[in-house]
Amino acid sequence: MESRYNKRLDGRGFEETRPIIARAGVINKADGSAMFRIGRTTAYAAVYGPRELHPKHLQDPKKGVLRCNYNMMPFSAEERVRPGPSRRSREISMVTEKALLPVVNLEDYPNAVVDVFIELIETDAGSRCAGICAASIALADAGIIMKDMVAAVSTGVIDHRIVIDLDGEEEHLADLDVADIPIAMIPSTEEITLLQMDGKASKEELFRAIEMVKPVLKRIAEVQRKALKEKYKG
Amino acid sequence: MMNQDLKAHINEALKKGVRLDGRKKEEYRKIEITTGVIATAEGSALVKCGDTEVIAGVKLGIGEPYPDSPDEGVLIVGSELLPLSNPEFETGPPSIDAIEVARVIDRGIREGKTINTKKLCIEKGECVWTVMIDVLPLNYDGNLIDIGGIAALAALKDAKMLEVNDNKVVYGKRTKQSLPIMSMPVPVTILKIGDNLIVDPTEAEEAVLDARLTVSILEDGTLCALQKGGDASLSVKDINEMINLAVKKSQDIRRKIYEAL
Amino acid sequence: MNMGNEKLLVKDKDVVVPGEVLAQGMNYLPGQGTYRYNDKIIANRLGLLTIEGKVLKTMPLAGRYLPKKNDIIIGRVIDILISGWKLDINSAYPAVLPLKDATFGYIAKGADLTKYFELDDYVVVKITNVTSQNLVDVTCKGQGLHKLKGGRIIKVNTHKVPRIIGKKGSMVSLIKKATGCKIIVGQNGTTWISGEPEMEVVTVNAIKMIEEQAHKSGLTDKVKSYLEKATGKKIEVRIKE
Repeated sequence: MESRYNKRLDGRGFEETRPIIARAGVINKADGSAMFRIGRTTAYAAVYGPRELHPKHLQDPKKGVLRCNYNMMPFSAEERVRPGPSRRSREISMVTEKALLPVVNLEDYPNAVVDVFIELIETDAGSRCAGICAASIALADAGIIMKDMVAAVSTGVIDHRIVIDLDGEEEHLADLDVADIPIAMIPSTEEITLLQMDGKASKEELFRAIEMVKPVLKRIAEVQRKALKEKYKG
Repeated sequence: MMNQDLKAHINEALKKGVRLDGRKKEEYRKIEITTGVIATAEGSALVKCGDTEVIAGVKLGIGEPYPDSPDEGVLIVGSELLPLSNPEFETGPPSIDAIEVARVIDRGIREGKTINTKKLCIEKGECVWTVMIDVLPLNYDGNLIDIGGIAALAALKDAKMLEVNDNKVVYGKRTKQSLPIMSMPVPVTILKIGDNLIVDPTEAEEAVLDARLTVSILEDGTLCALQKGGDASLSVKDINEMINLAVKKSQDIRRKIYEAL
Repeated sequence: MNMGNEKLLVKDKDVVVPGEVLAQGMNYLPGQGTYRYNDKIIANRLGLLTIEGKVLKTMPLAGRYLPKKNDIIIGRVIDILISGWKLDINSAYPAVLPLKDATFGYIAKGADLTKYFELDDYVVVKITNVTSQNLVDVTCKGQGLHKLKGGRIIKVNTHKVPRIIGKKGSMVSLIKKATGCKIIVGQNGTTWISGEPEMEVVTVNAIKMIEEQAHKSGLTDKVKSYLEKATGKKIEVRIKE
């Protein structure tokens, strides 16, 4: 299908992400931590656990519980974000948890909890994906058993054009149809652990987007692993 | 929970002038201040002091003034003890400790007349600029009031006004104009442990404090805000000594802030 | 059999991370910290790779303490129960010190338990039992098991404890000799240090140095060098062959 979106607003290639910086071990009070920045979206993640889980009725006697909490700092968006959980942040917390669960193994920690706290200090679209990337590094940094990293990025379909890593300007394009499709994947198996879509796209476009994003997510996973190794260098 | 044994141990060491991390009683940890770190904030600063790392962001807006000050801009300071920053912090509404941090930092900035709020008036009684400062720890190892206060001041200094269109703010369009800053009230918290006074406590030292006094000090040594905390009482002699120490240390801190800006 | 696809992608003592492919081919075997996926061996935790013949396994570099029977640990009293004391052992799981295991003496029913251990006391104990649900029992009866008095407590990562203690206690002895401090390192990472205030600070710094560089070689020399500089004294170390 023909598209009117032939040049990205910031001049990037259609399959090009914004610059990425990832670091592990940035919060030393935590058991594991990371910072993940993509363009001007920056997420910090801290992992505490396994630790005692209260209230008791939330405990699982067969394995540890993973509990994710996503939050935006008040100054992290153009309009100030009121502190405290919102319906949006609670939904993102839930899908983040579901995105990470398939890789973690918490069988050694019955009745305990592994808490993951994600804070967005600045956002320019793609915040839930940045949060998942940071959380993934933080969990590994905390020594949690996980079969692989989880890498995530927002893909988009802008007037039938598939683009990787939608930024804020693209998200708010007024005169073209924009579909925002955040995707998270386990790089070694190519299984998808987060899939959401906001906007219109044909089934073909969706599957093309998934194919296009696979190599990008594998590259992001390499960046995540490198961040962990950097901590132990020199 | 205070371990009396540990407290006695810390006291004994302090008598010999040695703190848990080897610092002297009047010694701050290494302070690093960076401004302009958050693209979405109108002003921002990241301050590291030892292991404590705090981020402050300024968001500007336009709104109605308070009824008792119709020609003055609105200033609000918020703070939260983010569970991300320390294993002891929980999710949920701000604890009383978080509220105290916000209010004490606010008091220092407000009573020190940091911002000329009269210059933030757009239309008397109708609309004024609102300045919201949020101070949040990324890693908490003690002394949030002081370090948060420094971050708030640096963020205010870093802030630039926004363009206005039809009495509505245009986010993303920054001007070259700074906020009307008139002064820099520096907060210094002094801790009393036994007979010893220390500055810049770590989390472990805060756990064994008897009392603390936060003093906000202006350039000329005038005090503009005070807050006593802790369960024990303070003698008048204590308060005098603590204030003197705070004023002395505020000069170093003020220099550090100016160097960073 | 096609041997052409056998490939070891890492070497001994490499830091490996989850999802990293360590080897290709059916020649290698997955040990602790690794798993097999098709014809690849992949790491499933952050660790230091060790190669033992054909077995690839990792020593964990991070993670909270998981209680193990017979471990000697340091716990903090957080509750006084009817049947004994509950301890925080720096783990997701608390431990219980039952009355009968508190002391060699006899404790009468209804006695004031705070006479033995009070809230916030630190105690050196040994783990006697760990259930499948990670319920932990400990004892304070035995050599070297006792309540701690004075000194200070620091927490280190449990996985670094072997390095901090050293082969046959050589590393911790080095620090004790240089600083004159008493040091007890619990397997759970909770560590007790007691001595002159300045020497305690030197001890803490030396231990933190070992924690940060546990995965590197030449550590003993680095620590010895730091201790000599910090104490201003040369350390005589007799090497036992």
